[in-house]
Amino acid sequence: MIRIEGLSKRFDQTVAVDDLWLEVEPGEVFGFLGPNGAGKTTTIRLLSGLIGPSGGRAWVAGYQLGQDDTALRRQVGILTETPGLYDTLSAERNLSFFAELYGIEDIAAQVERYLRMLGLWNRRSEPTGTFSRGMRQRLAIARALIHEPQVLFLDEPTTGLDPEAAHLVRDFIAGLKGQGRTIFICTHNLDEADRLCDRIGVFNTRLLALDTPAALRREIFGRTVVFHLATVQPTFQTTIEGFPFVKSVKAVDAKLVVTLDNPEIHNPALVAALVHDGAEVQFVGELRRSLEDVYMHLVGSQRGESPS
Amino acid sequence: MFKNRFVVFTVAFLPLILTALPLGILYAAGSAGDLGGMTEDMPASFSQVCDGLEGDDCTRYFFVSQFLLLFMLMPLAIPVTIASYSIIGEKTRRTLEPVLATPITTVELLTGKALAAAVPAVIATWVAFGIFLLGSALLSVGPAVMSRLTEPLWLMAVLLVGPLLALAAVSVAMMVSSRANDPRVAEQLSMLVILPLLALFFGQIAGLILVNERLILWMAFVLVLIDAGLIAFAVQLFQRETILTRWK
Repeated sequence: MIRIEGLSKRFDQTVAVDDLWLEVEPGEVFGFLGPNGAGKTTTIRLLSGLIGPSGGRAWVAGYQLGQDDTALRRQVGILTETPGLYDTLSAERNLSFFAELYGIEDIAAQVERYLRMLGLWNRRSEPTGTFSRGMRQRLAIARALIHEPQVLFLDEPTTGLDPEAAHLVRDFIAGLKGQGRTIFICTHNLDEADRLCDRIGVFNTRLLALDTPAALRREIFGRTVVFHLATVQPTFQTTIEGFPFVKSVKAVDAKLVVTLDNPEIHNPALVAALVHDGAEVQFVGELRRSLEDVYMHLVGSQRGESPS
Repeated sequence: MFKNRFVVFTVAFLPLILTALPLGILYAAGSAGDLGGMTEDMPASFSQVCDGLEGDDCTRYFFVSQFLLLFMLMPLAIPVTIASYSIIGEKTRRTLEPVLATPITTVELLTGKALAAAVPAVIATWVAFGIFLLGSALLSVGPAVMSRLTEPLWLMAVLLVGPLLALAAVSVAMMVSSRANDPRVAEQLSMLVILPLLALFFGQIAGLILVNERLILWMAFVLVLIDAGLIAFAVQLFQRETILTRWK
């Protein structure tokens, strides 16, 4: 659905996007993570046919960038960083205006469908200037979907929303999964990306990593198991370190933090060894590294900071 | 757009003021008593303008004809306010990017913006001219002067040159709006488009220029050429990428 081959974008001497290679499958929810100024919005603008690339090629919904951008834009929906609504117009008129621009036939039905879907039907006649930030964002999402695009670009969909409004928007995006539509989300919210996205790309002018959130955690940190013990003796750590499949062991308070590849297979042996050495094992659990850890590791490494 | 108070003021009140002015002149000339004697002290252009009118009729027509150009000022000034806001106004309100993301072409977008600015201006001008004619009849200016006010010179100026001037003003305003960073600056710069007409207005008052049918036809011809060039230039100047990425 999206194929990018060496895409780049320069503004005078500033490189915004550098040699980006990426493929996003139909129906996939893809998270594009990166710090401010990383070039995420520029990438969305490039892929929406709003601006032209400085180099490379890309295809979106079967259309090559720069070849037929008008047709490409018909297949693409975009939620811009700010909702960009006409404040003096009603919610209904905001949507019907865009439905006209997209040449939709049954405008009234399509507008009603999306206003109802996003819980705005009862407020349809009110000027959007009176709407809360969450309502405005939901209406902007409705606008991005009004023409049933194959590819939906969402630029920071929950930024600036209160937790309840963000939850509503996230639930709606989650509800879009499985409808065959490709969704490309730029976000700072790593928890959101973790929950919504099939794969993520960590991006800072260039792509730093690309995989599923779980695979990235595993790839960067391995899997970490925590053994909660009544007390920790120095011999316990030595015993665990003796296993060839153990990558690292660290004693923290009354816990042993062990990194290994396959806890399902190797945990029983470790527990048995600890019990044999006289340890009182109270609880064993897996330490789930957050996507934030992965992100900080990747972006920090790129900046030359030592990873935590 | 029409919920913007300044735009409403320009579209509604400018035509009212510019219509009331010549009507006021007609009224004042009508109630000034014997004006016929004034013609003897007037410059040569006076008799050229009157051309067949005598006495009070000549004086009234001479004074009111000086304001004919005000009906050509309306289609220049009114759309500038709307058109200069059209691009930069949307940019500053962050509503432009979603519009640019739709499949509409630059020509379609600019045509829509131009019509939205020019049509109200032209209609306002025509309505104002209609009110002026009605007011003139009510002020009993006499059949001879009324006949002169509805002759081809006036009708061509209002019905033909007016829309062409509106198109020129809109094109200039959209060009400025595509490049300016502030709606007020765009409007002020775009307002410079009325300067040539003001020069014509003061030239006429000073007796340097005689506005007749021939001049109006030449204006129409030149405006068609200017409009075509301005429209093409406006489309060339409208760069989506520059607007989205360079404007702050």
